[in-house]
Amino acid sequence: MFEEIGTTTEGDLIINVGPQHPATHGVLHLVITLNGETIKKVEPHLGYIHRSIEKMCESLTYRQFIYVTSRMDYLSAHINNHACALTVEKGMQIEVPERAQVIRVIMDELTRIASHELWWGAMAMDIGAFTPFFHAFREREKINEIMEETCGARLTMNYYVPGGLMAELHPDFQKKVKEFIVLFKRKIDEYDELVTGNIIFINRMKGVGILSKEDAISYGCSGPAARGSGVNCDIRKLYPYAVYDKVQFDEILETGCDSLARYMIRIREMKQSIRIIEQLIDNIPEGDFQAKTKAVLKLPKGEFYTRVETARGELGVYIMSEGATTPYRIKFRSPGFSNLSALDHMARGSKLGDLVAMMGTLDLVIPDIDR
Amino acid sequence: MPGLPLSWRGNEGEVMWSLTNISSAIHDWLNQTFNPTWVMVIEMVIAGIAVIGLFAVLGLVLVLMERRVAAWMQIRLGPNRVGPFGLMQSLADTLKLLVKEGMTPDGADKFLFNLAPFIAMMVAMLLMAPIAFAKGFQLWDMNIGVLYVTAISSIMVISILMAGWASNNKYSLMGAMRSGAQIVSYELSAGLSILTIVVLTGSLNITDIINAQADGWWIFKGHIPVIISFVIFIIAVTAETNRAPFDLAEAESELTAGFHTEYSGMKFALFFLAEYINVFIVCAIGATLFLGGWMPFHIGNWEAFNHVMDYIPSSVWFFGKTFFLIFVIMWFRWTFPRLRIDQLLTLEWKYLLPISMFNLLLVTALAILGWHF
Amino acid sequence: MFIVKYIKEVFGGLKSLLVGMRRTGYYFTHHKEIITEQYPDNRDTLVMADRFKGEVILLHDENNEHACTGCTACELACPNATIKIVTKFDITPEGKKKKAIDKFVYHLELCTMCNLCIVACPTDAIKMAQTFEHSVFNRADLTKILNKPDSKIREGIE
Repeated sequence: MFEEIGTTTEGDLIINVGPQHPATHGVLHLVITLNGETIKKVEPHLGYIHRSIEKMCESLTYRQFIYVTSRMDYLSAHINNHACALTVEKGMQIEVPERAQVIRVIMDELTRIASHELWWGAMAMDIGAFTPFFHAFREREKINEIMEETCGARLTMNYYVPGGLMAELHPDFQKKVKEFIVLFKRKIDEYDELVTGNIIFINRMKGVGILSKEDAISYGCSGPAARGSGVNCDIRKLYPYAVYDKVQFDEILETGCDSLARYMIRIREMKQSIRIIEQLIDNIPEGDFQAKTKAVLKLPKGEFYTRVETARGELGVYIMSEGATTPYRIKFRSPGFSNLSALDHMARGSKLGDLVAMMGTLDLVIPDIDR
Repeated sequence: MPGLPLSWRGNEGEVMWSLTNISSAIHDWLNQTFNPTWVMVIEMVIAGIAVIGLFAVLGLVLVLMERRVAAWMQIRLGPNRVGPFGLMQSLADTLKLLVKEGMTPDGADKFLFNLAPFIAMMVAMLLMAPIAFAKGFQLWDMNIGVLYVTAISSIMVISILMAGWASNNKYSLMGAMRSGAQIVSYELSAGLSILTIVVLTGSLNITDIINAQADGWWIFKGHIPVIISFVIFIIAVTAETNRAPFDLAEAESELTAGFHTEYSGMKFALFFLAEYINVFIVCAIGATLFLGGWMPFHIGNWEAFNHVMDYIPSSVWFFGKTFFLIFVIMWFRWTFPRLRIDQLLTLEWKYLLPISMFNLLLVTALAILGWHF
Repeated sequence: MFIVKYIKEVFGGLKSLLVGMRRTGYYFTHHKEIITEQYPDNRDTLVMADRFKGEVILLHDENNEHACTGCTACELACPNATIKIVTKFDITPEGKKKKAIDKFVYHLELCTMCNLCIVACPTDAIKMAQTFEHSVFNRADLTKILNKPDSKIREGIE
């Protein structure tokens, strides 16, 4: 059933990393062929957390299916919801009020920071440093509190509805976000002291997990994993949605092609996200937070596709409608799946310890890979 | 000849409080009551019980200390539920481990699997022998004390290899193999940095080394070369005891738990305890060689200051220094990421070993020319 | 020069390690930075965000009256069949039949706290409560009937 993608000779060690393993951060199953400490082949086996989200969405209305997508890439729940809302709005040709669009972008960027914070902690833990995890969670907690106040939940918020937002912002929102920006700018230098500048860390990351630009494109990588190889693929820049075309920010590119490049991309992206939030937080326009929509949403017959930039890469939402209240077919193009497929290519010939570091830099969220 | 402390060759009549009198009183009383063979047996039993008692206390204290240090560095509170300030936490953990089932996996080499944790413990116990815990409190003052410590501490790797091989688990095997390569390499630079002190003192005897530091610890007397060898010693023993950032034998993000993946219950606890005892012992050796063992801190001609320092019991000095070094090693663990296996060996063979060899040369020149204080 | 580069490498590496150790050492000595919430102990002082989505409740006033007309808008809005409304017909004093709820069944074990029912409710009869300690020993305890016994619909709500 699974095609043999390398040759296993006698004396090779075959190790099952996962489905329960501290480094896979979920129920990913990697079958690794080792020669001593050197990796000959990595075969990812999926299916342990398949919940058939795409099929579930087919029986839910266009208002209902958005909440399910929070459970795909749970770390960028807002951004997933944004993609779905955008697709429905595209189909219904709903004009989203400016205020809602700005708030959506702020929320998306906060989510991106929160996701990268967790990745930073987990990444450091993968290569054996425990302390950064707790330090990252300290800042992430602040974002969670902001989310909790406005959206009522900390992880699976379900704050976006077709046509805008579910509720008005909390009165404290702007104040809390500004406090967070001040705190975060102070703490991000600590991250560099603790991990980025560390000689052990740099030696672990530099020159391992090489993914060339051509390979990154051919494997369909997106997000920080591809930008670390110098591929221009930031959807926010290439196909701007919401108000991303009105804010100033840089698309981060590194040309190192290795684990360190992918690491630096995310660290620098957090700073860019802060830059976007700083521009918008004082300029939230007045107005409605939600467009007037019909009580029952019915997409016209046809096919609709939108793409957004989640914390992990490009998320595409494809809806095929037959004109009913529920979609005929939904397909999500998730970033993690394509990024994972490059793992075997990256890992061959490197050491077992590096595999863990590479998985860390790909920032795999298993429910996103295996919907 | 094992037995209770017999030999402290310092001058009598010092203000420092000493345990010598107590131990020699016991020895004399035993000699009057029993014949010499029985005296030796009883003294050995007393020593054994003392070591086991020390083990238990050290295990409990060090585990709690590690958890507290970790928690505070990670902006957490640490254990604070069991007993006042969480002091009973490690007792509760021990109780849990005691009542847990110690499973042996199917297909494991049962004899070796069950033997391994005991070898780990035995090595730790043997290492206790030459350590001077306080003035005149030493189990066995042998003339090759330093050599004995280096020799015995290498046996530790056998128990790890045994555990990894007998578990019939690929993760365990890889952890054990890594540990083998690691300990064999780092023995060298640990040995070389110990040699610098032996060169300066001219003796392998622990008591001699401590007495040589009566007028100042080696780390102050020996200029920069001794500081370098001290740093190398700390790095090497961190690697030798399989502590982070050199915890490749366990490497929980790569090998789940490495060589003790399959162990549970009390067998796991023995490995766990042995790790902490080993940390204590290597720190005690470090404190003895570089920081003067139980010798108080003296500054040149400050008579008043030196007298105040003398009033602090020698055991407090010894344990203070040892626990400071243990803290440093814990500090490493909760700050640094882990090295990769090839980088680990690169660090040893390309950096630590050449530096410590050059350093030994320097110290030898220093000792011959008499440039140290 | 090879030797100079070698020595620079060693000292540069050592410095980067010491910088990291200074950071952890700072937190080791500064206990004010500790962020642990000692949860069951701080139950009295713990304030949940006022929009926190804990569970769905049906609001009752002091006369044991609620605002639910039994229109089943929430039931239709719910993605997971969490809400089941059983209706009955009351006889009004004028002798007319009027639709009212018999049971407002809420399955907490199925609820994902998506807030869609609250948004859908035309009379603001239901709302999210801020409770979060939902653990029970029996799964059946999670199926709740939200309308209180003998409660009535408030006057004037259609």
